[in-house]
Amino acid sequence: MSGFSITEPSNRTKWIAGVLVISYALITIMPLLWIIATGFKSPSDSIAYPPKVVFQPTLEGYVNLFTTQTRITPDMQDKLQPPTTWYEEIVRDKGMVIAGPSRFGQRFLNSVIIGFGSTFFSVFLGTLAAYAFSRFKVPIKDDLLFFILSTRMMPPIAVAIPIFLMFRQLGLSDTHLGMILLYTAVNLSLSVWLLKGFIDEIPLEYEEAALIDGYTRFQAFYKVVLPQAATGIASTAIFCLIFAWNEYAFAVLLTSGTAQTAPPFIPTIIGVGGQDWPAVAAGATIFLMPVMIFTILLRKHLLRGITFGAVRK
Amino acid sequence: MADKAMDRIAKATPPGITKRVRGLSDRTIAWIFVAPSIFLLLAVNIFPLIWTIRLSFTNFRVNRINADVKWVGLRNYERILNDPDIWQTMQATAHFLIWTIFFQVLIGFTLAYLINKKFRGNDMWTTIIVLPMMLSPAVVGNFWTFLYQPQIGLFNYVVSFFSGVDPASFSMIGSVNLAPWAIVIVDTWMWTPFVMLICLAGLRSIPGSIYEAAECDRASKWRQFWTITIPMVLPFLMMAVLFRGIENFKMFDLVVQLTGGGPGSATEVTSINLKREAFEKWRTGYASAYAVILFVTIFGLASIYVKALNKVKER
Repeated sequence: MSGFSITEPSNRTKWIAGVLVISYALITIMPLLWIIATGFKSPSDSIAYPPKVVFQPTLEGYVNLFTTQTRITPDMQDKLQPPTTWYEEIVRDKGMVIAGPSRFGQRFLNSVIIGFGSTFFSVFLGTLAAYAFSRFKVPIKDDLLFFILSTRMMPPIAVAIPIFLMFRQLGLSDTHLGMILLYTAVNLSLSVWLLKGFIDEIPLEYEEAALIDGYTRFQAFYKVVLPQAATGIASTAIFCLIFAWNEYAFAVLLTSGTAQTAPPFIPTIIGVGGQDWPAVAAGATIFLMPVMIFTILLRKHLLRGITFGAVRK
Repeated sequence: MADKAMDRIAKATPPGITKRVRGLSDRTIAWIFVAPSIFLLLAVNIFPLIWTIRLSFTNFRVNRINADVKWVGLRNYERILNDPDIWQTMQATAHFLIWTIFFQVLIGFTLAYLINKKFRGNDMWTTIIVLPMMLSPAVVGNFWTFLYQPQIGLFNYVVSFFSGVDPASFSMIGSVNLAPWAIVIVDTWMWTPFVMLICLAGLRSIPGSIYEAAECDRASKWRQFWTITIPMVLPFLMMAVLFRGIENFKMFDLVVQLTGGGPGSATEVTSINLKREAFEKWRTGYASAYAVILFVTIFGLASIYVKALNKVKER
C-alpha cells in the first residue's frame, strides 16, 4: 500500500461525493421507514393529511394483523367481562371483540418452512453439482452449465401453466412439498453457478494431499473441500433464502390456502372499509425485517455475491 | 513436542496409499453429483417447457377438462401476432424496459462513481442504498400504492411540497398517463442498487496504475474519464443491463401489485397479459403459444446482446 497516490481523490471531491450519496440513501430509505412508522399508527393517523411524522404510537395495527375481530353492540359489551390483556383492551376500545387468530401466523410459518426447505435442497444439490463441474471432466460440461443458467430466463408465468397442470396431476398443488421442489429448481441455477465460483477458488493441492493420504474422493470432498467452501455455501444459502422468501408469481398462482406464503397474503389484508394500512404495514415490517437485518449484518458477503453472480461470465 | 506430533501423523497415515481402492471412480462420482440437479431441472423446467410447446398447438382449456382437445396447428400463433392488444402490451413493456434501464444505468453508474471516491462511511451508505433490492417486490409494491394515494400518500405530498401542485389533483396509479411512470419510478427505486453494485465492481477492477500513467501523460480528468473509466466499466455495465433487461421483460410481481396492469391496459406488461390469458380467461393453448413467443423473444434478444457484449469484451 502506498501512502500517497496522485490518483487519490481530493478531500473536496470526497466531501461532495459523500453528500450526494448520503442524500440519495436518505431518499431511498424513506419508503421503508414509512412502512415501519405506518405499522405503529392508528388507522386515522395513517390516512391523515398532511402525512403525520409525529404521532401517538399504537400497536393496533399489529393486533389487527394477528387477530380476526367482530363488532359487538354496546349493551353486549357491558355484559362481557373486562378485558384481561392489553391487546383485548385495544380491540375492545373500538367496540369489537377478538374472534380468533388471523391467518398471518400460518402464512408466515409457511414462508419459513418453504424458504428454509428449498434453500437446504438447492444448496445441497448445488454444492454436489458445483463440485463435480469444478473438479471433474464432465462430458458436455459447458452445455450443461449453459442449460442450467438458461432455465432462469423463462418468465415464471410461462412455466406456471404446465407446472399448474403437473402439480394438479401429482397432487402437489398447494402443498409445502410442491413449493419446496419448485423453488429448489428455480434456485438451483444460481446456486450451481455461485458455488462453482467458490469451489474453483479452493486450490486443488489440498484434495490431492488428502487423496494421497488415502482418503476416498467422498472423504476428500466432505472433510477437505466442504469446510473450505463454508463461507461460499453460507452466502449462497442466504441468496437462495432471500429469493424463496420474496417469490410471488409462483406462490400466487399455485397456492391459495395450506401452503400460501406471506407475499401473496399480505396485500390481501383488508380491514373494515378498505385496506387496513397499519395492519398491512405491520405485516410488511415483520416480513421484511429479517431480510433487512440479514443484509446489514452480512453486507460484505452479500454485496460480493451479487456482483459475483453477474460478473462471472 | 513437534516431533511427537509429526510421528503421530505419520503413523495415522494408512499404508499402501496408491494400491488402495479409493471407493467409487471419479467418473461415477461426477455423475452421482450432477445427476440429481439435472434431473430436477429437467422435471421442473424442461419438461414443462416441452409441455407448453405441445399445448401451444392445441385449443386446450384447463377449465374444460372434458372437452375435446383439438390440434389447431399454428392458429394460436397466427392469432397472437395479429392481435392489436398484444402490440399494445408490447408497447407498455417496451416503455417500461427502456425507461427503467435508462434511469437505472444513469443513477446506478453515478452512484457507483461517487461511492468509488471512497468517502468516509461509504460502505454503510452503500448497504442502505442496497436495502430495497433485497426486499419482496410484491409486499413493497403493494405498500407503494399507499404512498401513491392522492391527497394522503407520502409521494403525492412530497411532490406537491416541492412543486406546489395540489396533492389531490393527480393519481399516479389511477391515471392512464401517469401509471406507466409510476411503475418505472418504483422499479428504478428498487433495482438501481443492482446496477450500482455491478458498476462498482467494474470501477474497482480498474488498476490505479492506469490512472497514474495517464496522469504522467498529463491527460485531463475529463479525458481519463472517457478513455479509461468508461471503456473499462462498459462490459460490467452491459452485463447489468442484460440482467435487468431479462428481469424486467419478465416483470410480474411489482407491477401486478402496483397497478394490476391498469388503468385499462396502460401498464399491462407481457407477464400480466399472459397471466390474464392463462389464469383468468383460461385460454391455455393460446396462452402457451404466447409463452413460447415470449421465451423465444427473450432468448433471441439475450443471445444477440451477449454476442455484442463479447465483442466489447474482446476490445
